[in-house]
Amino acid sequence: MKFPIYLDNHATTPMDPRVLESMLPYFIEKFGNAASRNHAFGWEAEEGVETARKQIAKLIHADAKEIVFTSGATESNNLALKGVVEMYHEKGDHIITSSTEHRAVLDTAKTLEAKRGVKVTYLPVDKFGMVKPEDVRNAITDKTILISVMFANNEIGTINPIKEIGKIAKEKGILFHCDATQGVGKVPINVQEMGIDLMSFSAHKIYGPKGVGALYVRKKNPRVRIAAQMDGGGHERGMRSGTLPVPLIVGFGKACELCEQEMAADAARLSVMRDRLHATITKALEEVYLNGHPTERLPHNLNISFAYVEGESLLMGCKEIALSSGSACTSATLEPSYVLRALGVGAELAHSSIRFGLGRFTLDEEVDYAAKKIIETVTKLREMSPLYEMAKEGIDLKTVQWAAH
Amino acid sequence: MAYSEKVVDHFNNPRNMGSFKKEEDGVGTGIVGAPECGDVMKLQIKVQNDTIVDAKFKTFGCGSAIASSSLATEWLKGKTVEEAGKIKNTDIVQELNLPPVKIHCSVLAEDAIKAALADYQKKTDSK
Repeated sequence: MKFPIYLDNHATTPMDPRVLESMLPYFIEKFGNAASRNHAFGWEAEEGVETARKQIAKLIHADAKEIVFTSGATESNNLALKGVVEMYHEKGDHIITSSTEHRAVLDTAKTLEAKRGVKVTYLPVDKFGMVKPEDVRNAITDKTILISVMFANNEIGTINPIKEIGKIAKEKGILFHCDATQGVGKVPINVQEMGIDLMSFSAHKIYGPKGVGALYVRKKNPRVRIAAQMDGGGHERGMRSGTLPVPLIVGFGKACELCEQEMAADAARLSVMRDRLHATITKALEEVYLNGHPTERLPHNLNISFAYVEGESLLMGCKEIALSSGSACTSATLEPSYVLRALGVGAELAHSSIRFGLGRFTLDEEVDYAAKKIIETVTKLREMSPLYEMAKEGIDLKTVQWAAH
Repeated sequence: MAYSEKVVDHFNNPRNMGSFKKEEDGVGTGIVGAPECGDVMKLQIKVQNDTIVDAKFKTFGCGSAIASSSLATEWLKGKTVEEAGKIKNTDIVQELNLPPVKIHCSVLAEDAIKAALADYQKKTDSK
């Protein structure tokens, strides 16, 4: 086993060596600009890009022409929201999103509120982190131009009822954008069946390179139009100017092709591993709480809170394992995870949460080691925790008058 | 964010971790912080003839909070009650090399010391 062990695959994934191999010819030999129409260098670069476009489109059941390359999912989310608002502002000024979206969506929505006077509805989620389709329906007004709901949450892995939301959007004639950064390549996504009009995703979450992403933009039924947010050479059908990063795009395509072939096997293997990790921990420790949905969740995600133990100290005690926590101490804001808070998880348990993200290259022995180490560290930190001591003495912590600071 | 060596050392080898019986003679207990803020410190001193002969802590919080309280117990031992009241959070920041975002951990440790001393005073005064 090699240390440190990487269990933070929601943050990013290592590249698959097969992806790297596909990219290599495009740095030195086939270095052309895909927009150069008059020579072989441009043609072979363009061919690489168009092959990738097909591979990417195939994974999500789209047409290659519907893929717009960007620098990543953050840019795709910005382009989708800002591009739609700018293009359809005469139709309305209301968008609907959810409170557990990624910051790239939430902060874009906030900017649109502040700078363009857009009205935004932030839908609540249920205790499992799921958006209720009926809430989407009830939030729609005659001014609604866009619904933006994420496919799966990056912290808790809960998968939203996208197909139902897509159906409502279609029925009401409202565009539906989905931030599917965590879902693409991990679970089957079909933009036709799910009624998705715009979809953001990126390469580095699916064993591809960092620095490239895509926005799926539906071409018919309806034909979606977005206003470009970057002026320039009019690349990507005028929606996103800028010379295409050909090696990254080729790698993105290969990564999607591999996901298409191996997604089912990866998901089956990782969900078994994830469930074993969860079972081992809950068997050894009391007061461990699952965050997110028990079944409707990404196969490689586990998010749990350990009562009486603060998340950052737990990570510190398991420093040979790369993990992430919803604790405020791990964020710049000193606020615990807004996603967990939106689920109704108490601040004290939000501070105690740990996210495990397994991946294609995670080994059984790594997960077993992680379980053992987590159990040891939680036990040690609970011995050190005044809250655990009080709870053991039978004091109800909720009745204690704490001096908040 | 990397932790300073001293924080790591206190975290891995906490000094004086544990509890005294609150009712015990000469024991002062300070509990500060709140679970929803992500840190709670319990600091206890045992005083004989105006001198702190022993100190213990238990902390729920990040590594820096644990280290701050562990260090505080080390410093408290052997000090008189008056000297103990002069320990400042800035001393802890300096000793542990805490970054700005962790200064509140040292403030909490100072508050815990003050609370423990106050509790001891209250107990002795009521006798």
